[in-house]
Amino acid sequence: MLLIPCPWCGPRDETEFSCGGEGHIPRPADPAALTDPEWADYLFMRKNPKGVHTERWVHSQGCRRWFNVARHTVSHEILAVYKMGEPPPETGADSKQNRT
Amino acid sequence: MKKYSIFSLVRNAVSYHERWSEAWRSPEPKGAYEVVIVGGGGHGLATAYYLAKEHGITNVAVVEKGWLGLGNTGRNTTIIRSNYLWDESAHLYEKSLQLYEGLSQELNFNIMLSQRGCLNLAHNQHDLRQLSRRVNAIRLNGIDSEILTAGQIKALVPILNCSPTARYPVLGGSLQRRGGTARHDAVAWAFARAADARGVDIIQNCEVTGIRRDGGRVTGVETTKGLIKAGKVGVVVAGHASVLAEMVGLRLPIESHPLQALVSEPIKPVLDTVVMSAAVHVYLSQSDKGELVLGAGIDSYNSYAQRGSLPIIEHMLAACVDLFPIVSRLRMLRQWAGIVDVCPDASPIVGKTPVEGFYVNFGWGTGGFKATPGSGWVFAYTIAQDRPHPLNEPFSLERFHTGYLVDEHGAAGVAH
Repeated sequence: MLLIPCPWCGPRDETEFSCGGEGHIPRPADPAALTDPEWADYLFMRKNPKGVHTERWVHSQGCRRWFNVARHTVSHEILAVYKMGEPPPETGADSKQNRT
Repeated sequence: MKKYSIFSLVRNAVSYHERWSEAWRSPEPKGAYEVVIVGGGGHGLATAYYLAKEHGITNVAVVEKGWLGLGNTGRNTTIIRSNYLWDESAHLYEKSLQLYEGLSQELNFNIMLSQRGCLNLAHNQHDLRQLSRRVNAIRLNGIDSEILTAGQIKALVPILNCSPTARYPVLGGSLQRRGGTARHDAVAWAFARAADARGVDIIQNCEVTGIRRDGGRVTGVETTKGLIKAGKVGVVVAGHASVLAEMVGLRLPIESHPLQALVSEPIKPVLDTVVMSAAVHVYLSQSDKGELVLGAGIDSYNSYAQRGSLPIIEHMLAACVDLFPIVSRLRMLRQWAGIVDVCPDASPIVGKTPVEGFYVNFGWGTGGFKATPGSGWVFAYTIAQDRPHPLNEPFSLERFHTGYLVDEHGAAGVAH
């Protein structure tokens, strides 16, 4: 069971939230210019790291606001919580040393 | 390989069962193989077996980071069926079910296949219409499936709460009589023993840490037991699909989630079929030991932890108690989770990749056990012939580029 610190409501039980999957996937600036593989990459391809994952959550049963979470996918430890639009903090995400 | 028979059983009984020979060797890896299979679960071992049997390729190693069948092969709820909506899936899973039907004889190993039937419940008019549509599609593919009325279901499963005032009333259902269960460990052991007998090296406790390439072609795998050269590499893993694919710079449409299951204390026989309810996320059967085997849904967030969260179990058990009131005072003996590799369309990826000599077979998500022999059969063909078999051609990685997805969430989204 996760205890998720909502940036607006404080620490709440996991069941109050919904997970929105991988974060920081920008919508293509010029959708008409994309090739099929580029569309596939945007729509379907995911990092799915064994390590730190930056993902979106929404406090569905609370303030109903979205935010970002950096969470380790083996220990489930929440390393950082930050608001939408903010860059991911330095948690070792995307580094290969991160993999265990 | 010593043949298992009534005579070998009697002979070994005389020596107090202390002289059974080992079922497969545990060799050290050779320096090079024609084909290296990464992943010693049911699918990987089946691939090795069919490579040797159907294509005469016996210079094969299966490398497994832990022990055989200790991943999702030993963590599923052992259900077998082929009642899938779309033609592509129906043909692939039906091929697998047909192979299962002859597997005990073929491999000389009792996999305890029990075709006790697989029942899917409908709890509202929409469920009923969807099930009817699916049954019609399945029958058009020549696969057995039928619609049952609520009365027929009550007769088939007396412990089911069919009261019209139930929280989830049972309005009808679909039944595949050839569906059922098999002993999952036995499937892995049977394929391992049969593959080993044909010369395949099974190397346990050997984790792949890198994939060697020369130009655009695979040349071998780096492992914790050293470099193993290979002409072709077939990756047959589940939860770690993305980790292996990243070693060759491949991005996948896969995310890893925990999927949980439980068994209860053993009770007298009360259930002689498999019952599934996709709408309330419950599926259960009774094992030969008398335990009820229950499956739950996946956790919504990514995880590699092989443990699930309690709210998922609570949700499933609440529905289970309503559907089967007699289970309300049963104790649960064990609970566990496997990491499942889920694709956006709930269908697997079996085929070639942009890297020459590098083949992949994963993304079976929440329902790979039923596909074990069929998956190995088509994947062995793909590796041996360097082209997909017509059965797995629709399940290429390119389908995410073309948009030709095989959307089986209705059949595979939850219930397995």
